[in-house]
Amino acid sequence: MAEVEIKREHLVYAKPKLILDNVMHYCPGCSHGTVHKLVAEVIEELGLADKTVGVSPVGCSVFAYNYIDIDWIEAAHGRALAVASAVKRLYPGNMVFTYQGDGDLSAIGTAESIHAAARGENVVAIYINNAIYGMTGGQMAPTTLLGMKTATTPYGRDPRLNGYPYKIAEMMAHLDGATYITRQSVHKPANVRKCKAAIKKAFQRSMEGKGFSLVEVVSTCNSGWKMSPVASNEWMEQNMLPFYPLGDIKDVDVK
Amino acid sequence: MADKEVKLMKGNEVIAHAAIRYGCDGYFGYPITPQSEVMETLMELKPWETTGMVVLQAESEISSVNMVYGGASTGKRVMTSSSSPGISLMAEGISYLAGAELPCLIVNCQRGGPGLGTIQPSQGDYFQACKGGGHGDYKLIVFAPNSVQEMHDHVFEAFDLAFKYRNPAMILADGAIGQMMEKVVLAPQRPRKSDAEIAAECRTWAANGKPADRERNVVTSLELQSEKMEIINHRLQEKYRMMEECEVRYEEIGCEDADYVIVAFGSSARICSATVEMARAEGLKVGLLRPITLYPFPTKRIAELAARGVRGFLSAELNAGQMVEDVRLAVNGKAPVEHYGRQGGMLFAPDEVLAALKDKLIKK
Repeated sequence: MAEVEIKREHLVYAKPKLILDNVMHYCPGCSHGTVHKLVAEVIEELGLADKTVGVSPVGCSVFAYNYIDIDWIEAAHGRALAVASAVKRLYPGNMVFTYQGDGDLSAIGTAESIHAAARGENVVAIYINNAIYGMTGGQMAPTTLLGMKTATTPYGRDPRLNGYPYKIAEMMAHLDGATYITRQSVHKPANVRKCKAAIKKAFQRSMEGKGFSLVEVVSTCNSGWKMSPVASNEWMEQNMLPFYPLGDIKDVDVK
Repeated sequence: MADKEVKLMKGNEVIAHAAIRYGCDGYFGYPITPQSEVMETLMELKPWETTGMVVLQAESEISSVNMVYGGASTGKRVMTSSSSPGISLMAEGISYLAGAELPCLIVNCQRGGPGLGTIQPSQGDYFQACKGGGHGDYKLIVFAPNSVQEMHDHVFEAFDLAFKYRNPAMILADGAIGQMMEKVVLAPQRPRKSDAEIAAECRTWAANGKPADRERNVVTSLELQSEKMEIINHRLQEKYRMMEECEVRYEEIGCEDADYVIVAFGSSARICSATVEMARAEGLKVGLLRPITLYPFPTKRIAELAARGVRGFLSAELNAGQMVEDVRLAVNGKAPVEHYGRQGGMLFAPDEVLAALKDKLIKK
């Protein structure tokens, strides 16, 4: 059967060329797929495919390297920004980014993350905050909201027992080396567009040597949250966004 | 080619000079006694202004070994150095480096342990260097320098072997070798490899930006399918067997006719060479076998000596008895094998080792 040819003027959407045909392991409704697509689109649009090195974390996005057709390094849990720092220092003309979850970037990798930002490494961290450990089966994350039920907070997160959630984006915003810190989401088409613009801006700034960028994406984990994808989006909007408000947190020129 | 350059230097300083002269691309480290001179010397020499070598002080050894992981993933020649407690922090990263088959150099200027221990020299990390240290079945190529000159030479040899086998290599020195000053002949400066050379040489595996004419490279140690993971494990073991076959290095003093052989490495081997002279002066036929590579270990040579009729082996180490286990495995019951050691940062004197040899082996 002949393929139906879509005229260029009628084309409203196409799969990014850099997205590979491997079947995604992400759960239906998960935000990762959308963010992967945005990263692939940005790399393609900036013409950086042959210059980009991605660093994947430990967590749900450990297999990010199966989906975007660029060179990848799979880092140990939490260490992605140390790995990325060295790659960028050795290949300053390359685009180097990490793609990490909340457990990876803001629990076990807090030191590596904060110090890469403090040094002002010219790399981008894409930070997926879904307030839970998805890959290991839904345990408490550093970003789990108070009262939120997870596999390790079965009665809800109690600050006396489990401590408080924290916002590493706001913490990083205090660092001179971190120059572009933004919090986005991909739960509505308008947010997807804003998120893509933020990722693109971060990548451009990185190539211009303007310091460290963090793009936090407040995300859903419908499997971990035990909700439908639609209910997850609603729950995120009502519960996550008041605590993790969207928008640019810091956007300054490097000192 | 520059004339040979002879200098008086500390072992740790020489590591820095040798790294630059080898054409090393990057050093990532964190200060710890007794090896801090390595990074201090590099920062003073500013190689980024001459060879283009990157030098970066990380926030921890965990970070510095992961910077090495990142740099090695791109095909560049990268290294770190530390001392015992710092190497413990690096254990995770070293396992990942071995798992992802990444070439790099790690220098351990050992101090006494366990825990914070002491800042004085020790050989207490033999097990950590040779038997794992991190998780999973893996091996490092381990060099044991006994002089400032070997600190220099082993940087070159360890990097070469690391790239030959795509495997991390370690120089297992100690506080004595790192801190002492000696004459050293420095190699002429070699140029660093260009990005184009690295892209060509490491085309099949290094992640440094995917050109249109090759598949993407993914550096990882992960394989969730057990059948496939076992194939990777077997391939790694095959590589280690090749190293055991081809890369064993050792030195012998008076072993040809020896009745008793002292086995010692690094700074203790240096002390024991004087023990051999003292013993020979007394008419005792004592020899010294010094493993230069601790992994691969000179198992075959020790087995040959045992088969030839050596009447006893003394493993003299600055620890509670670690290498002695490998000597025993090599001797395989053909002769008695004993250990003599000092700990806590204490060294032994040549006559102490001779007394131990007499007491533990000759008098029996």
